[in-house]
Amino acid sequence: MTENYTALYEEHKKLGASFTDFGGWQMPLKYSSELAEHHAVRNAAGLFDLSHMGEVWVTGPDAAAFLDYALVGKISAMSVGKAKYSLICQEDGGIIDDLITYRRPVAEDGTDRFLVVPNAGNAVVVAEALAERAANFDVVVDDASADTSLIAVQGPKAEAILLRLVPAAQHELVTGLKYYAAVEVPFMVAGSSKDLLLARTGYTGEDGFEIFVDNADAAALWQAISAVAEEGELVPAGLACRDSLRLEAGMPLYGNELSREGNPYAAGLGPVVSLAKVSDFVGRAALEALKAGGAGSTSGRKLVGLKGLGRRAGRGHYPVLKDGNVVGEVTSGQPSPTLGYPVALAYVDVEHSEVGTALDIDLRGKAEPFEVVALPFYKRQK
Amino acid sequence: MAKVAPELQYSDEHEWVAREAGNLVSIGISAVATDALGDIVYVDLPEVGATVTAGETCGEVESTKSVSDLYSPVAGEVTETNSAVVDDPALINSDPYGAGWLFKVAAESDGPLLSAEEYASKNGGEL
Repeated sequence: MTENYTALYEEHKKLGASFTDFGGWQMPLKYSSELAEHHAVRNAAGLFDLSHMGEVWVTGPDAAAFLDYALVGKISAMSVGKAKYSLICQEDGGIIDDLITYRRPVAEDGTDRFLVVPNAGNAVVVAEALAERAANFDVVVDDASADTSLIAVQGPKAEAILLRLVPAAQHELVTGLKYYAAVEVPFMVAGSSKDLLLARTGYTGEDGFEIFVDNADAAALWQAISAVAEEGELVPAGLACRDSLRLEAGMPLYGNELSREGNPYAAGLGPVVSLAKVSDFVGRAALEALKAGGAGSTSGRKLVGLKGLGRRAGRGHYPVLKDGNVVGEVTSGQPSPTLGYPVALAYVDVEHSEVGTALDIDLRGKAEPFEVVALPFYKRQK
Repeated sequence: MAKVAPELQYSDEHEWVAREAGNLVSIGISAVATDALGDIVYVDLPEVGATVTAGETCGEVESTKSVSDLYSPVAGEVTETNSAVVDDPALINSDPYGAGWLFKVAAESDGPLLSAEEYASKNGGEL
């Protein structure tokens, strides 16, 4: 596999990061201690490089109708400035990726514009699937992933830190920005003002922002954010804590909870699928049949949260047991740094998926007690 | 780069061995291993009185991201375990060659052990 390096690779090296391969990218795993980084995001703020994520622009008169066809959600119903979590599915309902779509203001000539953000490892296949599905629509699908960096600031101090880079007259753009919305904001970077797309989105369960920036300006923005943060307010944060943060927040990870073999209903993402939209979309017939068959509610397996009653954590692919019989499989699991007990996401047979059900995880031959709990495991105080 | 304590011997499985009085040895895991594991959150040690065999598993070390088997670098009877690291596994990260020691064995024989230099050159540690 080709090794990709983000525009921030040198910054990570300077900070002493240890690296890991993720979706073909050399990404910072951690800079110091993943636990310290995790707690910093919960209590102050973390600075993440997410440049491995994809950025695909969809523009043209048919852009909204096209995305209604290509994705499972009703994208055309979204207002300008908003973002929406959705899925791109196969004809058989299998999930190709989960992604976020941002609706941007229309171009000067009145054309609709959307930015679609797929996961790192799926960026190419998503861009290709979109291009293929665009055949009968008047749209242009432009994969800008290679030129675009993405920097996230996540945590309760995120807003205060970013405001220091924005002229006072424009503070309202940031403070008034709602969750799952995005706006162009003038940021002071390396002595000049840059209009950057700022989104109030994230993958940590905290308040936070994601900033889209040209590769050429990424290092300067990273340094500028680091420079305006006060002592103890912000730490660079790697993929290790990103995983523990998103797990506590009960957010699925493609490749763990979501896959082409799974389906949205089993994954608890039924509400994301808009069977009510009038138009056809890829996967519709299969998803209608899955829903009618009770997938994830009365049949098959369902994604649940498991809380460990002991100290030992379940890990991906470990069997889930009920009275010694295998009734499921863990997809993600580790000790929760914030909550102090092990947590896991697992697919279990629907008859054992009720909150409060006592189950075991087979920990390398030993049955360790867990209990089904409501997701998310962790919810921030607003 | 991870420190390799020069006065200790090491196994290929990243345990260190310190010679104490007579045939008594104390055992822990190297900083190379703790760096690779990440923050350690749980440790399962052999029982006092148990017999351990060189090169065989005798416990587990669990970090935020993964679980690793703990191997005994020597054969013999376990005489003492470090209850402080059971209560606070972070000691293994913060002081792997000191307060983070794991257990002691009255050693009857050693498994294959490396000198600090050999271990460092093989595993990228710093003496």
